Amino acid sequence: MTPSRAPMTAPTAPAGTAREVLDAPHTLLTTMAAPVDPADPRVVEAAADLLATLRRADDRLGVSAPQIGLGWRLLAIDVSSHPRTRSCAGELVLVNPRLTQAARWETAREGCLSVPGLVGEVRRATRITVTGQRPGDGESLTFHTDAFEARCLQHQLDHLDGVLFLDRMPTARAVHRARHPQSPLRHHV
Amino acid sequence: MGLSAVTVLGIDRPGVISEVSGAIAEQGANIQDSTMTLLGDYVVMTLLVSGTLAAEKLRDHCPDLVITTVEMDGLRDPAPSPRAWFRPFARTSPGEADDGVGFVLSVHGADRPGIISAVSGVLACERGTITGMNSRLSGDLYVLIADVRIPGDVDVAALMRRLAAVGAGLGAEITFRPAVPELL
Repeated sequence: MTPSRAPMTAPTAPAGTAREVLDAPHTLLTTMAAPVDPADPRVVEAAADLLATLRRADDRLGVSAPQIGLGWRLLAIDVSSHPRTRSCAGELVLVNPRLTQAARWETAREGCLSVPGLVGEVRRATRITVTGQRPGDGESLTFHTDAFEARCLQHQLDHLDGVLFLDRMPTARAVHRARHPQSPLRHHV
Repeated sequence: MGLSAVTVLGIDRPGVISEVSGAIAEQGANIQDSTMTLLGDYVVMTLLVSGTLAAEKLRDHCPDLVITTVEMDGLRDPAPSPRAWFRPFARTSPGEADDGVGFVLSVHGADRPGIISAVSGVLACERGTITGMNSRLSGDLYVLIADVRIPGDVDVAALMRRLAAVGAGLGAEITFRPAVPELL
């Protein structure tokens, strides 16, 4: 995480409305999302809705615009409650995010709000750099992070490309039922 | 020493593996290979067991489970018999033949009949072999993940186009990616 980073949510962000999260199968979850203007009031409203959706339950760690029915390149994460988190920016909303660096790949289990009941083992980078824009003022942000926050960001970035974790299974045995509600795996990235 | 395949089916509960393995050990038999999974709320186990095994003793020990045993030595007999439903396939030594290239196939979409048949049919046309398969139904979402080996001379790009076309016809997303190499 960059120590001198700008605030990850605009100080004047409006209060949003929590929206229903789409379950797979759904066309929006397998379709590439489109870039948007971060200053567009509709995008600012969608960013607030993403945050409100994220805050709706304690086990939600990230959500992307396609998951709430919008084919836009916009995501929100907050992994502060997850035990595998090291670096942590708290609540982060990014418009038009892009993965620019990735290193140190590891395989770990993850689930998805849009794929309830299943988890899978996915190989992802544990050190990444992501660029994007802040909703509202459109300020450019560069974000370095690691560990679980990196995994969560890559999972949400995949959503913007119409990719589910199911598309990244390394073997037939990598998909499992999420059966233990008390497990940390109940957290959905 | 005999070799038996044991299948165990039952409602999932704590202690299934312990009871089955304990009953096998009590008979002096040895578990060589095993696999276990949960299908819905049911536990499914298949074990390859060496030694003398009495199926009745297993069933008496675990009365709530459906346990079947098959003597594998009989299956190896090439002579035609009423039990010869299993045709042993020709094994090749490593390096003896084209071992193929490994891929992972992911299919997800709305559940409907014929998904496995359609996808495996495309692979079979290219002499592809499914070496491992796992399917799950979660709500309306059907998921199939398969380990696949394809002969080295197959046009993979053309195969991927055919799979994509089949996926489109089924309303399912299909991903076909090279497997991560396992040898270090």
